[in-house]
Amino acid sequence: MYWNEKHECIPREELEELQLQRLKETVERCYFNVPHYRKVMQELQLEPEDIQSLDDLKKLPFTTKQDLRDNYPYGMFAVPLSEVVRIHSSSGTTGKPTVVGYTRGDITTWSELMARSLVCGGAGRDDVIHNAYGYGLFTGGLGVHYGAERLGASVIPISGGNTKRQIMIMKDYGSTILTCTPSYALYIAEVINELGMKPEDLKLKVGIFGAEPWSENMRKEIEEKLGISAIDIYGLSEIIGPGVAVECQDKSGLHIWEDHFLPEIIDPETGETLPPGEEGELVITSLTKEALPVLRYRTRDIARLITEPCPCGRTAYKVTRIGGRTDDMLIIRGVNVFPSQIEHVLLETGYAEPHYQLIVDRKGTMDTLTVMVEVSENVFSDEVRKLEQLEYTIKNELETTLGISVGVKLVEPKTIARSEGKAKRVIDNRKA
Amino acid sequence: MLKQLSVFLENKTGRLTAVTEILAEYNINIRALSLADTSDFGILRLIVNEPKKAYEILKKDGFTVRITDVIGVEMPDRPGGLNGVLQVMKSEGINIEYLYAFLGTNGRGAVVIFRVENMEKAMEILQEKGIQVLSPAEL
Repeated sequence: MYWNEKHECIPREELEELQLQRLKETVERCYFNVPHYRKVMQELQLEPEDIQSLDDLKKLPFTTKQDLRDNYPYGMFAVPLSEVVRIHSSSGTTGKPTVVGYTRGDITTWSELMARSLVCGGAGRDDVIHNAYGYGLFTGGLGVHYGAERLGASVIPISGGNTKRQIMIMKDYGSTILTCTPSYALYIAEVINELGMKPEDLKLKVGIFGAEPWSENMRKEIEEKLGISAIDIYGLSEIIGPGVAVECQDKSGLHIWEDHFLPEIIDPETGETLPPGEEGELVITSLTKEALPVLRYRTRDIARLITEPCPCGRTAYKVTRIGGRTDDMLIIRGVNVFPSQIEHVLLETGYAEPHYQLIVDRKGTMDTLTVMVEVSENVFSDEVRKLEQLEYTIKNELETTLGISVGVKLVEPKTIARSEGKAKRVIDNRKA
Repeated sequence: MLKQLSVFLENKTGRLTAVTEILAEYNINIRALSLADTSDFGILRLIVNEPKKAYEILKKDGFTVRITDVIGVEMPDRPGGLNGVLQVMKSEGINIEYLYAFLGTNGRGAVVIFRVENMEKAMEILQEKGIQVLSPAEL
């Protein structure tokens, strides 16, 4: 089943022609409308006319999350605000989030790509889509929602939280497709079990899960516990949101919608483009975005590009499931967490030189974050009450900044192992 | 006023011994101690014969240490001894943060170590009421 057979199964030569034409338009739009792009291209003595083939993409400069932050909030927009109909943003690190905007045309494109992704994953217009991605500044909820409406399915905009009620609604309303983070899917399965219910009590058949990395083992577990087929979907707000790439029924990689996004795999150290099949950092150039076009955006996600034809008939190349990150960003329950955010909070709490370590665990089905903080002399008190107050303050501040619940543990100095003078900041036990 | 050492300890095996080992090695005598604990961590409070030296060596060994002023009060080692002192503090509105007690040496009475909210004021009141406050030399 296809949503848009013409584009999903387009012959490669035609696709590449379309990509080149759209790349040229995008480069022009960036050069003439976004001061940042004009500046960095001029520094490289590049003009839009220098892009004459898809291979010329390599000449273009990379764009990073930092560029978006430096141009906070609207500096990277290629259209005036009057053309923008929607604004989303991702969690900020040290205060400044990254802001993304959409024109009416962008919303149409996004809805189309999400509709494609839902169909690719196994949804149809007769389905009842239970959308438990968070609605709000996060792109997950509204992204899936618009795609589901475009598809003509019945969407339940349940958002996150109140799991028992979610299960009641899934049962009573006959939800057939579940969309949420994979860890939340596992949590739902657990609560179903606690309620003494069985997966057969629900009509669920497919789950489309994303916004955080997950393993094949986790897929097996979700499929068994919920009695469904679990599909991986990929996206990031800087590119458009969910619906950048998705698995088909073959589950052998995620088709990246190449008529809208041009993928590259690069060596994160040298910036060199790597040949297909090699593992490296996924870099994406948007081809149709109006409000926020991006040239060679460094996703920091590690993947491989699969160019072999897929049995499903779609001609778009696939990316392997995301295997890690090139930076220190952690994704915990769908929320992006940078160690620098934690450092910032500790500095504000009175730590001169904070020594801390983040321990990420998967307890049952939920990811947990524990921050170990060394007690230095400048915050130490001989009164239990004051130390507990300190622990509480750090916990509160971290939760406000990160938006997820955090455990805080005070530890003795030098308990956090340091190698070559630098402390190992993150211990992620989820990979084990 | 007396000088008390406070040491931050994690709640795990061997941490207390780590402190006592160092003190033993440097020939420092512990006169009194108490350990306040929570589920995660503890605060070891010590009265030693050479607080400054003990502070330096523990700090050098990587412990988080602090020196705090406390009040040592000697009282008769008999029923009602502590009560008499506490009644004075209560009537004068002195709020106690924590206290711990030990038996004095050389056949003297019991000694109670106090940390209160307003140390200066507490010292004055206790002396006014004729309660004997110990100096470091007397301990």
